[in-house]
Amino acid sequence: MTNTNEVLIETVNLQKNFGCLKVLKGINEKIYKGEVVAIIGPSGGGKSTFLRCLNMLEEPTGGKVIFEGDVLDAKSTDLDAHRQKIGMVFQQFNVFPHLTVMDNITLAPTLEKKIPKAQAEAEAMQLLKQVGLEDKAKEYPRKLSGGQKQRLAIVRAMAMHPDVMLFDEPTSALDPEMVKGVLEVIQKLAESGMTCVIVTHEMGFARNIADRILFIDEGIIMESGTPEEIFDHPQIARTQEFLAQVL
Amino acid sequence: MGPSIIDVFLQYWPIFLKGTVGTLKYAFIAVSLGSILGALIALINLSKNKILNAIGMIYVNVLRGTPLLVQMYIAYFFIPIAIPALNSITKEVYVLIALILNSSAYVSEIIRGGINSVDRGQTEAARSLGMTASHTMTKIILPQAIKNILPALANEYIAMIKETSLAGTFMLYELMYTRTLLANKFLVWQPLFIIAGIYLVLTLILSWLVRILERRLSVSD
Repeated sequence: MTNTNEVLIETVNLQKNFGCLKVLKGINEKIYKGEVVAIIGPSGGGKSTFLRCLNMLEEPTGGKVIFEGDVLDAKSTDLDAHRQKIGMVFQQFNVFPHLTVMDNITLAPTLEKKIPKAQAEAEAMQLLKQVGLEDKAKEYPRKLSGGQKQRLAIVRAMAMHPDVMLFDEPTSALDPEMVKGVLEVIQKLAESGMTCVIVTHEMGFARNIADRILFIDEGIIMESGTPEEIFDHPQIARTQEFLAQVL
Repeated sequence: MGPSIIDVFLQYWPIFLKGTVGTLKYAFIAVSLGSILGALIALINLSKNKILNAIGMIYVNVLRGTPLLVQMYIAYFFIPIAIPALNSITKEVYVLIALILNSSAYVSEIIRGGINSVDRGQTEAARSLGMTASHTMTKIILPQAIKNILPALANEYIAMIKETSLAGTFMLYELMYTRTLLANKFLVWQPLFIIAGIYLVLTLILSWLVRILERRLSVSD
């Protein structure tokens, strides 16, 4: 895994309130190019909200998100253009049910990047082969299993050639036997050098794949470090408690 | 008692036919123009601008919360006073305006409901890919919302067929107006049953078509 010193995403004092509930209480963090970061922590601790702030699906209440040097919540920033470089995969897949597998993948590239349809389809076919869905290109998503839908969602995001991929609990809604296939796809992606930020409950996977672990609870990053540091020698009582519960 | 229902129908069927065509025509005009206006109102109500939302909600609540007959009277008597330039237009148009405005309020809620019925995750997925707000609406949300909107719009058309009966009060040539025409010939009760029967046949046939439409649309789910 190629860790350069180039910062891809930086958050400065990132805060998010839902009404009077403070979900993020000022997060300062840097994600480096080529890095694989896994975010763990208890439900309701703010880890998904943090991830969703990185592409402005949640508008921060305070602070800044800087992506490739541009402040994302600045009025002058072309948010759509930046989002094209930030792929996202959701817990509930969110594939487009009214489009075929192929059209799910090619819609955004042809529409927003003006890539010729034939080229987009050829590329989509390549991506589908990589995740073992090449024979499903003409199907509608209702014919796919949960695991296949999630692999489609990953491919759909990849087709935009993003600089970073955000995963929001990508296996939490899957039947247990589907989890492995999806994790393998993410692992391959990470090994190819793609910058990944992954919110996950799969501790074994996080330990295996991540360069760095962030433990988020109560709206802040309680502890961060290498997988060995976090899993084998957690420094903070809250981290120890959490790991004792999930491992 | 006078002549039987069947005798009246056989003798005057061209009048009833003309009335039926009028009813279908006025309902169609009201719902189709009401749909265009309703789509605009729905956009206003779905926008993030609080002032626009308030205007849209007032519009919808006033038109849905007052009787159509009152709205027709207001249109019929007030438009010529308020806008004298429109005096030369036939009175038919005033009544149609009331029908269109009334329909637009219901249609706007149908469209708003249809759009809101599409899972939020669809919007999030589209926006996360960098799709613009308008592409997200036209390529992702509307194609899915239309499955809920079309059957409801067809039902609105069926409801409007019954609502247009009020237009007969203002001498618009639709089904209910045939009652007035035949009452002048001292036929008081027979036309009422014929009119009721025609309304029933129209709504039953259209309801059946809507069910077929719903089945067609749900195939791709």
